[in-house]
This record gives sequence, C-alpha cells and structure tokens, in this order.
Amino acid sequence: MSDADSTGGVIEVGRLRKVYGETVAVDDVSFDVRQGEIFGIVGPNGAGKTTAIECVMGLRRPDSGSVSVLGMDPWFDANQVKRRIGVQLQQAALPNRIKVGEALDLFASFYDDPADTSALLQQWGLEGRKDAAFANLSGGQKQRLFIALALVNHPELVFFDELTTGLDPQARRATWELVRDIRASGTTVVLVTHFMEEAEHLCDRVAIIDHGRIVALDSPAGLVEAMESEKRIRFTLPEPADLGWLANVEGVHRVAHENGSIAVHGSGPLLVRVATALGEHGLEPVDLSMERTTLEDVFLATTGRELRA
Amino acid sequence: MRALWQLTWTEAKLYLREPSTAFMTLIFPVFLVLIFGSVYGNDPADVDFEYGDYGFLDTFAPGLIAFVIATSSFLTLSTSLATYREQGTLRRFFVTPLRPPVIFVAEFAVYVGVTATGASLLVVIGAVGFGLAAPAAPVSLAVAFLVSTLSIMSLGVLLGSVAPTARAAEAAGMAIFFPLIFLSGAMVPRELMPDWMEQATHVLPLTHVVTLLQDLWIGDGWNLISLGVLAGFTVVAVAISVRVFRWE
Ligand SMILES: Nc1ncnc2c1ncn2[C@@H]1O[C@H](COP(=O)(O)OP(=O)(O)O)[C@@H](O)[C@H]1O
Ligand SMILES: [Mg+2]
Repeated sequence: MSDADSTGGVIEVGRLRKVYGETVAVDDVSFDVRQGEIFGIVGPNGAGKTTAIECVMGLRRPDSGSVSVLGMDPWFDANQVKRRIGVQLQQAALPNRIKVGEALDLFASFYDDPADTSALLQQWGLEGRKDAAFANLSGGQKQRLFIALALVNHPELVFFDELTTGLDPQARRATWELVRDIRASGTTVVLVTHFMEEAEHLCDRVAIIDHGRIVALDSPAGLVEAMESEKRIRFTLPEPADLGWLANVEGVHRVAHENGSIAVHGSGPLLVRVATALGEHGLEPVDLSMERTTLEDVFLATTGRELRA
Repeated sequence: MRALWQLTWTEAKLYLREPSTAFMTLIFPVFLVLIFGSVYGNDPADVDFEYGDYGFLDTFAPGLIAFVIATSSFLTLSTSLATYREQGTLRRFFVTPLRPPVIFVAEFAVYVGVTATGASLLVVIGAVGFGLAAPAAPVSLAVAFLVSTLSIMSLGVLLGSVAPTARAAEAAGMAIFFPLIFLSGAMVPRELMPDWMEQATHVLPLTHVVTLLQDLWIGDGWNLISLGVLAGFTVVAVAISVRVFRWE
C-alpha cells in the first residue's frame, strides 16, 4: 500500500446487528476494509459470517448499525452499489441446463460496461467448457465460473463466501492463486471462510467471528504473534496411560487429547520439561515435537473451542 | 433492454431443453387432437348438445387451448419460479443491477410464447387433419387468448411465490391442474355435467377461459362476465404475489 489515498475504507461497518426470530446472527460487529486488501472473515459454521457480508452487499437489511460500501449505503443506493461490486454467494446455483458461455453472456448483459466474456472464459480456464451445462461441471469448474461471473462487471470490490468449500486440497490451492491474481489487479477482496489455513495463507487482515461477534481482528501474523507466548507440543504414546499428572508439570496450561495424540499447551521451556516428566513416569512417546502456532490456535484461544467440531 | 432480451432468449432455450415440460405444452395437446379428431370427428350431426353448425372438435379446441394455458401456468411456470428461488438463482440475480420487473417480463414473454405455440400447433393440426372450423372472431380470439394466458399465469406466479420449495410447487401445481382441467370444461364439456356441478364450476378461473374462447370461436361475441372474472383473478393474484414474493 504505497499511496496514501489507497488506505481509505472501501467498506465501513459499525455496530451491525441482524436477528432472525430468536437467533441473533450478527451482534455489534464493526470493521473496515481497506482499498486493495484481502480481508478475511473467519469463524465456524453458524457464526454469522454469511449474514454479516449479505448485509454489507445489500442482500439483507440490518436490524441496526451502519454499513457503507464505496461510500454508499448498500440498501438505499442498492443499484449504484450493485453495479460496482462482484459477488460469489455461498448458496446460489445456476439452472442445471444453462451453458457456461450463456451464463457469462447473461450476467454480462446486466451491466453497462461488461468485461469481454470470451477473455474471461480464457482467463479462468473455462474456454474448453464453454458449451458444457452447469450441472455437468466439476466443483472446481463451478467455482471458477462463479468467480468469472463475479468479475464480469470489472468490480472494485468482490465478495467470496466459502469459495473453496467442497474442493479438494489441490483445487483449493489453485483457487487461492486465482484470488491473489484478482487482488494483484487492484480489486479489493472480502473472503469468508471457515478454513483458518485459507485465511492465514491469503488474507492481509482477518476478523474472527464467533456467535455473531468479532473476537479478534488483525493480520494473521499479528494474531499469531500475540499468541506466541504460548507454545504447543504434541506426542503419541504406544499404549494408553494415565496422564492426569501432566497438567501439574511446571509451565503447562492445558492438556488436550486429540484422536490418539496428546497436545500440551504451555509456556517456558515446555519441550524439555514435558520430555523430562514423561521419562520420570517411565513413558516413551513415539513422536514428540513442538508445533507452530497457527490461526487455528488463535481461534481456540479466543473462543475456547475447536473450529472444526 | 439488453438484459431483458438476453434473459428472455436464455430462458427460452432453457425451456426447450427441459423435455418433460415442453412435452405437456407443445406435444401432448397435438396427440389429444389426433385422438379425439379420429374418434369423434368434427361432424355437427354427431354433437349431443346444440352448437349450431359446429362439430365436436370445434367445441373442443377452445378447451384444449385452455389445457395448454393451464400446463404452462401450473406445471412449469410455478415450479420454475420456486426452483430458481430454492437454488439461489434469484438471490444471485438480486446482487446484480437486474431489476425484478425485467425478470417477470422475460418469464411472461417466454411462457406466453410457448403457450401460443402450443395452441397454434393444435389448431393447425385440427384444421388440416379434421376440418376444425376457423374461429368466427380471430382477432378478438387472439386478444382473449392473451388475457386468459396472463390471468392464469399470474395464478401460476402466485403459486410459485407462496410455495416453500420447488417440490411443494410441483405437488400443488398437479393438485390444482388435474381437477381444473376436468372440471372447467377443458377436457369434459360442461354441458355433460349434472346441473349442480356445472353451476359449481363457475368458481374456477379456467372455466371462464373456456367460456371466453368458446364464445368467440363460435361467434357468440365477448362474454363480459368471464372477462371480468379473469381480470379480477389477475388483479388479486398480482397483488398477493407482489406482497408475498421472496428472493429466498
Ligand atoms: N435466512 C435465515 N433465517 C433464519 N436463520 C438464519 C438464516 N440464515 C442464517 N440463519 C442463522 O443465523 C446464524 C448465522 O448463520 P450464517 O450467517 O449463515 O453463519 P455462517 O455463514 O457463519 O455459517 C445461524 O444460527 C443460522 O442458523
Ligand atoms: Mg456461511
């Protein structure tokens, strides 16, 4: 971000709240998205991520709070805003029998100055599938089509909601590259995901949402750094043993049993202390290693529960 | 304008790619003409009830046109609308500058076009194959056809708007369609019904389509009561649809 002007808020959300009947989906959420960044919104399923960005893009009307997109109100200036944003929705299929080329031409016709659709097909690797019906596309091809549709109006701002959910790891990584390309072309990206790893790899800044509230907001590195005072080591035992004593070892904060392996969270010279204590109890761990702190750990620390249940 | 044209053209292609729906509106009525034309012919002397110089097929054709209107309204339009909502296609449209009236105009254009094609096919086959009489008032008949189609389709849109899912729209569409075509005179002449039943069928909108088209076909002029009833159904259906329509 070289230019001073380019740090202005493309999106400004203040004290946003949205209630469905008894469910408070989004509660007192505030954040800004800066020009040219990839802004991540992460959290477990049901956290309120989709509801929050659907309020931002003008698909839902908030119960209270303020939303500004490109300096406009997405509900009252809906038409202006919709012309300038691109959207991939979490839940939105096209008709089964529509062809890839037809879908792009159709969406292009909704805008005054659309992109060249055959260039878009080329760019997103769909030129060979131009005449394929939507229903016959692979998961990755569907996502690439949704990306192409989101870009058909040269948007200044794009929203991707669970772009890589349902893709295999290879297709997911390929999609990350595509998202980086979009940002490189100057478009601001809002990326909603429940994969911490995705947010960590892609986003300049991340808001962690849980139960409709933002529990942390910083760059991935900043979030991890704030955590680094806590370390984590992991080991496996050849046979089950009573490890109740482990929590009392100096420096250990927490012991978690996860699919047969044991994770020990703590501070200080943790590896030495735990290894020594295991030896004193006559236990020989199969593998014992220190793990890097990830956004997943940050999530656990900020919300007190596992992201993927 | 470009959006309206592109959406209409795309929808028309999608319609024709769905063989089961195209069959009921375009092909099946032609079969009915062939079967009934072969079995009953079109000789005025064979008609049990009095229709002047008109034969069975002459009195039956307006009913078949009503049948075509009912297939596109209750078997396809309503389900297609509910499917678009259920699958999120409407939501996706909603985050573009496309305005809702454009969607409705495009849908109506496609379904009116298809219905008109289905009706023309059966009339041409009837005329060529079995000597179906030309309508007495062709221009009025065309106007009445358009009014009838818009009226019954607005009921199909209402169904598509209130149905919670595509499956519900499909099931409700069938439940409406079958009694409607048999009770409205579209398939069974109402002249053959017991008096109480014939009276009761006046509450059905499709009855008024059959009456309106039949009267114009045989030169009895505009049935203003039927026209008024159809207009009334349209106004009520549109008013409710606008209120209850949801994007998701
Ligand atoms: N249309 C809706 N009607 C009622 N409740 C909803 C609706 N959409 C979402 N919810 C509820 O709101 C909460 C947040 O959902 P959502 O925003 O989809 O979360 P996320 O995208 O983080 O998974 C959930 O409890 C969900 O069940
Ligand atoms: Mg979601």
